[in-house]
Amino acid sequence: MSALAALFVRDVRLAIRVGGGALIGVLFFLIVVTLVPFAIGPDLALLARVGPAILWLGALLASLLTLDRLLAIDHEDGSLDLILTAPVTLELTVAVKAIAHWLTTGLPLVLAAPLLGLLLNLEPPATGAVALTLLVGTPALTFLGLVGAAVTVALRRGGLLVAVLVLPLTVPVLIFGVAASNAAIVGPVRFGTPFSILCGLALMSIVVGTFATAAALRHAMD
Amino acid sequence: MRLVGSDLACFRGGRQVFSGLSFAVGAGEALVVLGPNGVGKSSLLRLVAGLVARSGGVLSLEGSDPELTIAEQAHYLGHLDALKPSLTVTENLTFWSRYLGSGERTQAALAAVGLDGIAELPAAYLSAGQRRRLSIARLIAIRRPLWLLDEPTSALDTAAQAKLAALMGEHLGGGGLILAAAHGPIGLAAPQELRLGGAP
Amino acid sequence: MALIDLANPTRFRALAEAVLPWLAAATVVAFGIGLEQVYFAPDDYQQGATVKIMFLHAPVAWLSMMAWGVMSVAALGTLVWRHPLADVAAKAAAPLGAAFTFLCLVTGSLWGRPMWGTYWVWDARLTSELVLFLMYLGVIALWRTIDDPTRAARAVAVLTLVGAIDLPIIKFSVDWWNTLHQPASVFRVGGSTIDASLLTPLFVMAIACTLLFFTLHLAAMCNEIMRRRVRTLLMLQAEAAGGH
Repeated sequence: MSALAALFVRDVRLAIRVGGGALIGVLFFLIVVTLVPFAIGPDLALLARVGPAILWLGALLASLLTLDRLLAIDHEDGSLDLILTAPVTLELTVAVKAIAHWLTTGLPLVLAAPLLGLLLNLEPPATGAVALTLLVGTPALTFLGLVGAAVTVALRRGGLLVAVLVLPLTVPVLIFGVAASNAAIVGPVRFGTPFSILCGLALMSIVVGTFATAAALRHAMD
Repeated sequence: MRLVGSDLACFRGGRQVFSGLSFAVGAGEALVVLGPNGVGKSSLLRLVAGLVARSGGVLSLEGSDPELTIAEQAHYLGHLDALKPSLTVTENLTFWSRYLGSGERTQAALAAVGLDGIAELPAAYLSAGQRRRLSIARLIAIRRPLWLLDEPTSALDTAAQAKLAALMGEHLGGGGLILAAAHGPIGLAAPQELRLGGAP
Repeated sequence: MALIDLANPTRFRALAEAVLPWLAAATVVAFGIGLEQVYFAPDDYQQGATVKIMFLHAPVAWLSMMAWGVMSVAALGTLVWRHPLADVAAKAAAPLGAAFTFLCLVTGSLWGRPMWGTYWVWDARLTSELVLFLMYLGVIALWRTIDDPTRAARAVAVLTLVGAIDLPIIKFSVDWWNTLHQPASVFRVGGSTIDASLLTPLFVMAIACTLLFFTLHLAAMCNEIMRRRVRTLLMLQAEAAGGH
């Protein structure tokens, strides 16, 4: 088994075994979606109209708030020291960790979105569109969020700081994700246009996120 | 193979930790860095391991593979154990041996440190000494010429310290190098000593 | 036998394993009678046969709240009376409460679909149940996150009691927020508004579900005791492996 495969298996195992496991992100997603009708009223027509936006915001927050511990734990127990001195390219290591995190946090959110769409009275085409945009958008969120996690890795209380740093960077992903979802429901723009831009943003985030995170980790070591 | 440092300086945490430090360790030799707390022993080890930037001087591992950095040919055993409590003993060691090397000698390494009896136990249940021994197993599972040991005997009882001394002896006998930081003797036969703690 | 005699896990398990077969049998009998009564109960003139979902929905709704009550009593047992098995009772009750709440949500959704046209409306009763479901999941997450059972027990106990105080407030505010669901018609001050022919099956099903809860709860408590025993054995094994 190669080094990167071993790292992937370890990260997935840890994500599943520790604490709430992979489902704590989904639980947070569910709570956010539940809170919105308390705030804006139970008008089903209104909820269906803002449904994609609510799902996107919930997924965004659920993705980011689980990221700060990803690197901080490795830093605190000395694993990061060993990872940095291994004969494995740091960029590849970062990418593998991000993929493992997305599989255990982002993907469950994508799978939970249709069920939550039911709560918000979304029609199946709308829910499908939201799920598809989330499938493309959540990797972007993971890779961008990782940059924030790396920049704050040595801090004791990274949590909200990571969110503060990264959320502005995720605005384009949010805009085009919601726009693509709404385009599938009401038009007038075709779904493909904002969706392709979303895909482009996702690819760019993956590349930039990987290199930026690796650079930040190298500089964070002392 | 020789590890040579000349005129090394380290600036860390806003202060000059040490400067003008020189030493040389050859194959089969060990160097123990002694001195009071805060004098820079750990910083020196981390500097050689590539985790702290060098602010001056030259460090080279002569006779080594030119493709690899010094860090990639050294084992760094610091204060922290790099163990995940929710993984078992075997899973922890297997991960590191596959990540840092070829991952074949896990069972033998566990036996060498006396942990093969509890190989399937989650690491959360280990005592401090057992965790230390698991970290040491990492050094046995993957062969690297240079060992950087930061207070390796802490948390170990007498029997475990004797075992560590035997393992270090085997490593030196096979042509390895050891650079260790300690407060006192750690079981090496006749190591060079480098005392830090004079005026900077 | 005083409550303190049950504090010994071994004796408790012995007692539980003696009682469990009887409880399980009683549950099966109660469900048998209940389902037979439900089958023969009259259809609603408006909703037709779908009203019979109520015979499952209402009892599991009551039980979802009773489970929190069980957890609250257990929480007091942990914090105030220091009963050794109180935290076992609390930990065993949480997933059961979550399951009953989930069942309540699903049956409520299915019951309402013919009337509402969608699977979910944000009406007061179902929304309160949803919030309760989230609270159960939170408690389960907390149990899983803290490693040491004793510390976990105390943290969860505090959370449970805060939840118990908060639940009436939540219910009241959600009611005030919205009323779409029909008003709770079974227990009213002026007597119930449900016809007597529907009351009997309802109460029998309620008894059956209650018996089911306690059967599962006892079994879950035995499992939790075994789990802790395994944990202790693992810890002893680590110590015995010699060497510090």
